[in-house]
Amino acid sequence: MQQLLFAVMTMAAGVLACAAYFYGTNWVLDRIFPSKGLTGKVASRNLRITNAIRPWLFLGPAMVSLTIYLIYPVIESVWLSFHDKSGQNFVGLSNFNWMMNDGEFRQSIYNNFLWLLVVPAAATFFGLIIAALTDRIWWGNIAKTLIFMPMAISFVGASVIWKFIYDFRPEGSEQIGLLNALVVYFGGSPEAWMTLPFWNNFFLMVILIWIQTGFAMVILSAALRGIPEETIEAAVIDGANGLQIFFKIMIPQIWGTIAVVWTTITILVLKVFDIVLAMTNGQWQSQVLANLMFDWMFRGGGDFGRGAAIAVVIMVLVIPIMIWNIRNAAKEMEGR
Amino acid sequence: MIASSRSPLIWVVHLSVLLLVLLWTLPTAGLLISSLRDKDQLAVSGWWTALSTSTQNLVYRAPGADKQVEKDGKFAIAGNLLEGQATGQVSAFGFNSREPAAFQPGQTADLGDGEKLTVQADGAFEIVADKAMEGTRGQRIFYTAAVPPRFTIDNYLEVMRAEGIGASFINSLTVAIPSTIIPILVAAFAAYALAWMKFPGRAILIAVVVGLLVVPLQMSLIPLLKLYNGVGAFFGVPAKTYVGIWLAHMGFGLPLAIYLLRNYMAGLPREIMESARVDGASDFDIFVKIILPLSFPALASFAIFQFLWTWNDLLVAMVFLGTGNDSLVLTGRLVNLLGSRGGNWEILTASAFITIIVPLIVFFSLQRYLVRGLLAGSVKGG
Repeated sequence: MQQLLFAVMTMAAGVLACAAYFYGTNWVLDRIFPSKGLTGKVASRNLRITNAIRPWLFLGPAMVSLTIYLIYPVIESVWLSFHDKSGQNFVGLSNFNWMMNDGEFRQSIYNNFLWLLVVPAAATFFGLIIAALTDRIWWGNIAKTLIFMPMAISFVGASVIWKFIYDFRPEGSEQIGLLNALVVYFGGSPEAWMTLPFWNNFFLMVILIWIQTGFAMVILSAALRGIPEETIEAAVIDGANGLQIFFKIMIPQIWGTIAVVWTTITILVLKVFDIVLAMTNGQWQSQVLANLMFDWMFRGGGDFGRGAAIAVVIMVLVIPIMIWNIRNAAKEMEGR
Repeated sequence: MIASSRSPLIWVVHLSVLLLVLLWTLPTAGLLISSLRDKDQLAVSGWWTALSTSTQNLVYRAPGADKQVEKDGKFAIAGNLLEGQATGQVSAFGFNSREPAAFQPGQTADLGDGEKLTVQADGAFEIVADKAMEGTRGQRIFYTAAVPPRFTIDNYLEVMRAEGIGASFINSLTVAIPSTIIPILVAAFAAYALAWMKFPGRAILIAVVVGLLVVPLQMSLIPLLKLYNGVGAFFGVPAKTYVGIWLAHMGFGLPLAIYLLRNYMAGLPREIMESARVDGASDFDIFVKIILPLSFPALASFAIFQFLWTWNDLLVAMVFLGTGNDSLVLTGRLVNLLGSRGGNWEILTASAFITIIVPLIVFFSLQRYLVRGLLAGSVKGG
């Protein structure tokens, strides 16, 4: 409780400090270069100066924060990836060399590749199907809310939920995990799903698909509603059936949005960490890059060189999407 | 929307949506139901049988010889196997783990040494002996009983008290609330500058923000850990503090905040600002008196995002707050419990539900803003 009080007080102090900074700097600026009540050259000169300085006062705190927490670390991580575990001695490419020959790293790359293939595709697919179906029924919004709900659940919470579903009891005893109960009901024998190499990756992916489908559904549903009615009416007049309209008229018009959903989930997949840590911690050949990186941060007292090298690999995989995003944003800006 | 929606196919649509909804909600429903079940029942039967009477094989240890009563020259120990459970039905019993169901209720089992055990269907039992019984350890009685469903909040009471979930709940609140509120002002000012002020380098800054949106957190961890350790050592303060994690969450949340707010503010009508400027208002006045109030929906969207993200975060908390027992947030505590109490589903389900209840409340009450934020936050495709 005391701690919470401390948090609330810090919060108030933080907000006040921010307000004081913005208000104070502006006040000082207006005092040094006054323009109100003055006329002529001095006023317009002062106005010009304040207009040039003020944006930077507004941007200041955000830029400092972004620099410390994102820009500097990116540079530092790259630098560290060429150094040894303490970050002191330059070792050239040996971290990357180690990576190429490390079985666990190669396993992670392979698994991440599987995740990248399956999760964005499956989440987008289900999201699209659900968005299209729920638009046609009266209780569509309730259905959407329920499917969207896992979005609010933490990866760890979702992991517990699904671990319960995958729970395994030896053959012969009552299965309390839903999946094994179904398998037994249909005459199969129960499996410890998490310990099945290769397949366990897919059982982990199900969790992320379960969480992300709601996101895909919300965005794609908005896109489907944005399709001009005339195009669909024209297709109906031409005698197209429902499936043809969906695949040939509607899908092509929302390609852009599908790509956005796909790339957003792709980035999330590259960073997936909590699920693997909570479910298997990389055992049984289910390791992924983000969890491997976390592992090396602390393993054996922490190997910053190797950890940073793995982070750099994740970053390199993200860069194409980053460039694509920036170009899209720039294109949109030009339109304004 | 599509003209064919009145065809008989609509039933297929209804059914498939129903199926999908079930698929998406059953996992969470199972967790909630399980967390409310009696822990003995939870351990032996699936949650989908929660409402039906379950048959369990149980063991009861009768009281020791000190509880015997002398009656008509015989010694007896009596009691009820189903103590503490309102109703139930014993269908078989035994006194030996090899034959736990050797006798029917009402029958009498010969335990040897002149001791006889009788168990009734309602669970009442009596051990009768000709001479005084000895020993402090009571007779074990194995029985099969049909136990009616039982729901309880004991699991919740237990995890709040004994498993540290209560303390972690406070920790999570401590992390999430300031991490949500503090960045808002900082981001709003920056967003206004990027949306409506003219200065050289604006386009580049916007591009940088869009780029930073997708920088993986992993890139920041090691350098910041080193930085925090360095700062901590230099000033002689602990490296892992709440202030540290608040600032970290603010830094990581800013790109999205600036991006969302800038897009929203850029969409506000230019005339409002121009007329205010004609009236002699400075940028600061315009921002505080006009833009900030108008931007409330976007601010709310971001606040919800940031709250969900900081509440649900595991990685940042583990790195910047540590994994010590006092500093674990809910997600970290849950991961620990998964390791240490892996098979105790009554603990795990109740703990998990406590960790997800706050985000779920936020989700259901503020869904409108969440959806709006999502739609504005995803970079629009060409």
